[in-house]
Amino acid sequence: MNTDMILEAKGLTMRFGGLTAVSNFNASLPSRSICGLIGPNGAGKTTCFNMITGFYKPTSGHTFLRGQELTGMPPHLVCKAGIGRTFQNIRLFNNESVLENVMIGCHLRQKTNWIQALFFTPGHLKEDKAIRKHSLELLEFVGLERLADEKANSLAYGAQRRLEIARALATKPGLLLLDEPAAGMNPQETQELMQFIRVIREQFDLAILLIEHDMKVVMGICERIWVLDYGVTIAVGDAAAIQSDPAVIKAYLGEECAHDA
Amino acid sequence: MSRKIPILLNVLAVAALGLFLWWAEHSLDGYKIQILNLIAVNIILALSLNLIYGFTGLFSLGHAGFMAIGAYVCSILILSPEQKDMLFLLEPAYDWVQHAQAPFFLAVIAGGAVAALFGILVGMPLLRLGDDYLGIATLGFAEIVRVVANNIPRLTNGALGFKGIPSHANLWWNFGWCLLTLYCILRLVRSNTGNVLKAIRDDEIAAKAMGVDVFRYKLLSFSIGAFFAGVGGALLASLVTTIDPKMFLFTLTFNVLMIVVTGGLGSLTGSVLAGVGITALLEWLRVVENPISFGSWELPGIPGMRMVFFSLALIIVILYRREGLMGMREVSWAGMLAAIGYKGKAQ
Repeated sequence: MNTDMILEAKGLTMRFGGLTAVSNFNASLPSRSICGLIGPNGAGKTTCFNMITGFYKPTSGHTFLRGQELTGMPPHLVCKAGIGRTFQNIRLFNNESVLENVMIGCHLRQKTNWIQALFFTPGHLKEDKAIRKHSLELLEFVGLERLADEKANSLAYGAQRRLEIARALATKPGLLLLDEPAAGMNPQETQELMQFIRVIREQFDLAILLIEHDMKVVMGICERIWVLDYGVTIAVGDAAAIQSDPAVIKAYLGEECAHDA
Repeated sequence: MSRKIPILLNVLAVAALGLFLWWAEHSLDGYKIQILNLIAVNIILALSLNLIYGFTGLFSLGHAGFMAIGAYVCSILILSPEQKDMLFLLEPAYDWVQHAQAPFFLAVIAGGAVAALFGILVGMPLLRLGDDYLGIATLGFAEIVRVVANNIPRLTNGALGFKGIPSHANLWWNFGWCLLTLYCILRLVRSNTGNVLKAIRDDEIAAKAMGVDVFRYKLLSFSIGAFFAGVGGALLASLVTTIDPKMFLFTLTFNVLMIVVTGGLGSLTGSVLAGVGITALLEWLRVVENPISFGSWELPGIPGMRMVFFSLALIIVILYRREGLMGMREVSWAGMLAAIGYKGKAQ
């Protein structure tokens, strides 16, 4: 097992009845890298995320995080092992405050529990304070510290995306999966997002795998890209290689354009 | 605001409640004291169901079952062996039932503990179900408890139930337990564990992705709720001094559910206020069951009429305040001090 690789997926296959959503997906992500997973709609990108994070049990294949086998683990243990994620359609805890959303992410690594809370033990009070402080720091990092007491569903769209990232960072992941982080953003916001993703990697020392339709984002920040089409990996490589790959052009633009290119 | 002020205010509020109870014990008649007792028990039951349904989003209709378990366990422990000799007419009690004895405080805790144990046993298979399915399954559990109580005469004295249960549950015990329940559930939902429970209610999938062992926390919430439901049942048994399986019909769960929904799912303040309001209203509405005369025309008293009025009131609440009286809001000392001159409840 190569431990320089944070994540290794080996022959991941997912069948739903007769439909093969993803077949034989292989990937290795170097530590501290930013990688992309692209493909037309319905290519099986989110299915890959769901297999990696334990929401789907792959029909066959294995995933390893820093050499530790994750295959078949339920989502909460995958998260504990060190994979944080965001969702394509934002999934915040809407009735909770912005701060509480992040604190829920911190809960994973919390050592004291509610019984200590009943008795006001010093250990619990100290940890509670530390969690609040850490959550506020994370909110400050994503620029939401002034909205800490607002309800999560009252935030603007872009702010909700950033909160989702802050919440995932609160679980202290070694690998962060972002499902279409730039969806619904204008060019200005997209530019900021690209910068933001790079800063996340520097600050938190983690690897990032993202699904994205915005090619500017993908080509701009991803060091390695996998292209899926109908569940099959049709190309792997850096941005330049992907852009000139005839199979990719064919999948995105159609047969004739491929000839023209 | 300094952290000391709320603590001071809490102490003052508890002291005020104590004074009120002391006054009530000496000045009010038995009927009014009984209503106060019922208020305390109903608040305990509403808080426990709110934890399960309002805060964790588990639609549970099994409250009557947990109450029955708490009531029977407590009664068996506080009835004297001589009383049991007299009570068990159909068949003699099991030896261990005959000789089981405990002081009242421990008997109530035992009632809660056995209910919590059943909460865990029932929760293991049932909490994998979602929404309505869970409601139906827990309703089934409550019915099973009732039918079983009817059919193990050597344990529960069958359909005859227990009579003459020592009435230890006075104002002090009931409101003591009420405060203890409020304190425990308040600390729980205010802790980060409480945030996790609310996260499960809001979005189970996102909670899983944040590393929450959803099933474990559902089970935790369900069994804590069952514990306090058992405590409420135990107090109720000692309060009304007679229990039988018919007492624990679905309507009992419905009453508690009504308080929780009216007060606001996910608001402890709401449960307390609605617990006081609805219990008092149910008694006050007995007026409409008496014959009423309008001049020469007389309306005969119709038994059950108050439930008609009551249901109307409930429909109006649901129509105009769907989220209940309080929604998910809470009244806190900080909030109250911010709006000086606003009177609130004991917390």
